[in-house]
Amino acid sequence: MKQGEKFIARIRRQEGPASKPYREEFELAFRPGMNVIIALMDIQENPVTRDGEKTTPVAWECSCLEEVCGACAMIINGVPRQACSTLIDSLETPVVIEPLTKFPLVKDLVVDRRSIFENFRKIRAWVPIDLTYGAGPGPRVSQEAQRKAYPLSRCITCGNCLEACPQVNSGSPFMGAAVLNQATLMDSHPTGRMNRSERLAAVRAKGGAGDCGNAQNCARVCPKKIPLVDSIARLNREAIIDGLLKWLEK
Amino acid sequence: MKANIIIIGGGLAGLMSAIKVAESGRHVKLFAIHPTRRSHSVCAQGGINAAKNLKGEDDSVWKHFDDTVYSGDFLANQPPVLKMCEAAPGIIDLTDRMGVMYNRTPEGLLDFRRFGGTKYHRTAFAGTTTGQQLVYALDEQVRRFEAAGLVEKFENWEFLSPVIDGSGTCRGIVAINLYTMELKAFPADAVIAATGGIGAIFGKSTNSIVNTGSAVSAFYQAGAAYANPEMVQVHPTAMPGEDKTRLISESARGEGGRVWVPRDGKPWYFLEEWYPAYGNLVPRDVASRAIFKVVYELGLGVEGKPVVYLDISRLPKEDLDTRLFGIMEIYQTYTGQDPRKVPMQVFPGVHYNMGGFWVDYNMATNIPGLFAVGEAEYQHHGANRLGANSLVSCIFDGMVAGPAAVHYASGLNTRSEDMASSLFDAETKRQSEINSGLQKRSGSENLRALYREMGDVMRENVTVVRYNEKLKAADAKLRELTERYENIGLPDGGQSLVFARELWNMLVLARAITLAALERDESRGAHYKPEFPKRDDENWLKTTKAFYTPDGPRFEYEPVDISLIKPRERHYEIE
Ligand SMILES: Cc1cc2nc3c(=O)[nH]c(=O)nc-3n(C[C@H](O)[C@H](O)[C@H](O)COP(=O)(O)OP(=O)(O)OC[C@H]3O[C@@H](n4cnc5c(N)ncnc54)[C@H](O)[C@@H]3O)c2cc1C
Ligand code: SF4
Ligand code: FES
Repeated sequence: MKQGEKFIARIRRQEGPASKPYREEFELAFRPGMNVIIALMDIQENPVTRDGEKTTPVAWECSCLEEVCGACAMIINGVPRQACSTLIDSLETPVVIEPLTKFPLVKDLVVDRRSIFENFRKIRAWVPIDLTYGAGPGPRVSQEAQRKAYPLSRCITCGNCLEACPQVNSGSPFMGAAVLNQATLMDSHPTGRMNRSERLAAVRAKGGAGDCGNAQNCARVCPKKIPLVDSIARLNREAIIDGLLKWLEK
Repeated sequence: MKANIIIIGGGLAGLMSAIKVAESGRHVKLFAIHPTRRSHSVCAQGGINAAKNLKGEDDSVWKHFDDTVYSGDFLANQPPVLKMCEAAPGIIDLTDRMGVMYNRTPEGLLDFRRFGGTKYHRTAFAGTTTGQQLVYALDEQVRRFEAAGLVEKFENWEFLSPVIDGSGTCRGIVAINLYTMELKAFPADAVIAATGGIGAIFGKSTNSIVNTGSAVSAFYQAGAAYANPEMVQVHPTAMPGEDKTRLISESARGEGGRVWVPRDGKPWYFLEEWYPAYGNLVPRDVASRAIFKVVYELGLGVEGKPVVYLDISRLPKEDLDTRLFGIMEIYQTYTGQDPRKVPMQVFPGVHYNMGGFWVDYNMATNIPGLFAVGEAEYQHHGANRLGANSLVSCIFDGMVAGPAAVHYASGLNTRSEDMASSLFDAETKRQSEINSGLQKRSGSENLRALYREMGDVMRENVTVVRYNEKLKAADAKLRELTERYENIGLPDGGQSLVFARELWNMLVLARAITLAALERDESRGAHYKPEFPKRDDENWLKTTKAFYTPDGPRFEYEPVDISLIKPRERHYEIE
């Protein structure tokens, strides 16, 4: 697209969780480097539809604008992704923007993804330290282990992997890739490993790793390119072995 | 007696404060605009400083302290800076224990890299996403306390105003639920403000766009002293963009990246030529001024544009992937170019607020019951912050303020919960009236347009180079915007309403920044006036304290505690 060239953004809107959804189209002027956030900002400044009707500004969430806070996930041309790192130039027009569907809708493009954090709590996704007082250095970690764990630690809890997953839906308790990946990450830390039995019990329970259908959509949409398939497979293996040991000990 | 403590802000400073309060068995209500895990601290890239001296360089806490004070051009009170540097190695150990995936040496120890304004390998890092890993580690500890019933999170709530009783004591807050627009007062025995930076006042910055400084401004309008407003850091290397200027971390230079422009057909490494002792790793104020000189005075910007090259294309490929991946990803996403192959184009961008809430050495503000931590306070960085010192100061602040707030709250005669509810109802009513008043506005001024004008005038006049005439003109413009604000039209009662309130608060703070800069007739750290090119210790070795009045800020000045290191002139061209 060229500077100033007009394009259409078609947005799915909804006043509140119980209201009727509707679509609105806006005509916007392209600028080089323009991302979906800039397009939404243009609408915010001048909330007039393509037909010249005055309307309300579209509600959405964003913060970092550099794909590290996770706030701005939405479905853009059918694919869940981050609005701040999606350049208009890379998209077919009209640009169709919709909210994620696997989370409760708040308004327009805003959805409430707090269930991800609740699930972090359920699987006890933390490294249990005693207290925050001086206890000397942490455990040693090999370069190899760090290089394997670091990519897993870059999850921005955007929820795109849950959105893309056929197993995640209102009728299923499946926690989804982001949550399971967090368990793998905690298990890969020497201290985190110490409470892995608790964590793996949660992973083996209903909604855990066993519910993964291996569609592998999660890895395809993850903006941080986290090796989710491998991460879940590792976790599954550990959970099965741990379960087996528990059973033998009985 | 259980003290109930409110913490506003879930970045590193707020999270650490929460951990400390919860660890002492007290109950915390933790407020943030978004889930704490999305706080701006996740943007921090390069790393966190501590003199662990693991590279055989004879580094020490004292040298870290000296570098910090010297880089800050002697405007910081020295005793708390020393305390922070003493605590730093323990802070790295603590976060390492919490599971931060720091880069490692072959022996499995923490690896350290170089950063600006120092000669030592003092910066621990997790790739170039260190802030992200730190926030997650602290957030997970807070989640443990949530599970234990000691922390209650109020995410997607925005703080609007403090509740202050007849004796001037802070007794709680009024906040708005951003999902339902419900307005509510929350009593607290102590409040810790951990609300972060103010980049949005400059329109475009390296900050997250939620960093409006609105909360700080609301406290300032309620009587909190705001210290050193004029000290705003402009980072030398950011990517110009329409929505924000995205940072390319100093770690790019710490790992060997070089800054240059073409001159007579050849690369000119001007920082290395002008500052042989520190080269590309001069402190940020020095580097930003040098780039301004090359671009605006010498007219040597790349392809005639206001940009210079930051070149990492010659660094070993493996180092790039294991140590600088995050910044290469950002550059590539937004420009489509691969920094492994071509030099990046960068320019200075507004980055960090050295100023903030005035606090004492226990992080208490001048309002009893109100504490402040992290980028929102002014204590540790003087007139120019050293790279990778912010994350450590945020965590350190939390370690100090958490226990201090608990101690304060335990000593209260009357608990806030036992105060008359009319105190809280009155403030809720006042806030609700402000909201309904705004919602009725249907004037012709556009909020976003006013915001853009404010950002433009601040960036043009109140950043790297400051002239008194221009500062005066900038203030006149801010006053004009304040008048035009009366005539705004609100397109809806949701996000626009909240933004309208933030914009008002930003305008108030912008005036404090501009006028404090106008007052300070000298050059010190990030504050540079060509008309007064030298530091003037005789007249200006003092902290600015701004107090709100409806007609604009009133200034007081306070001597700086220089009891540990005698001020000396700053030189980065020689050892
Ligand atoms: C791009 C970038 C890179 C950086 N890299 C480094 C680095 O490598 N090393 C380093 O030391 N420093 C770095 N810094 C600086 C450092 O990241 C920040 O100074 C630091 O993270 C600030 O942390 P904080 O906890 O004070 O505030 P923040 O992390 O900004 O958190 C503020 C919190 O307050 C909340 N809040 C704000 N207003 C309200 C309100 N009205 N109501 C409710 N909640 C509110 C927010 O929701 C948020 O949770 C970098 C900064 C930037 C911009
Ligand atoms: S795993 Fe990837 S897609 Fe899923 S929440 Fe994390 S960053 Fe997003
Ligand atoms: S705004 Fe943070 S990920 Fe897009």
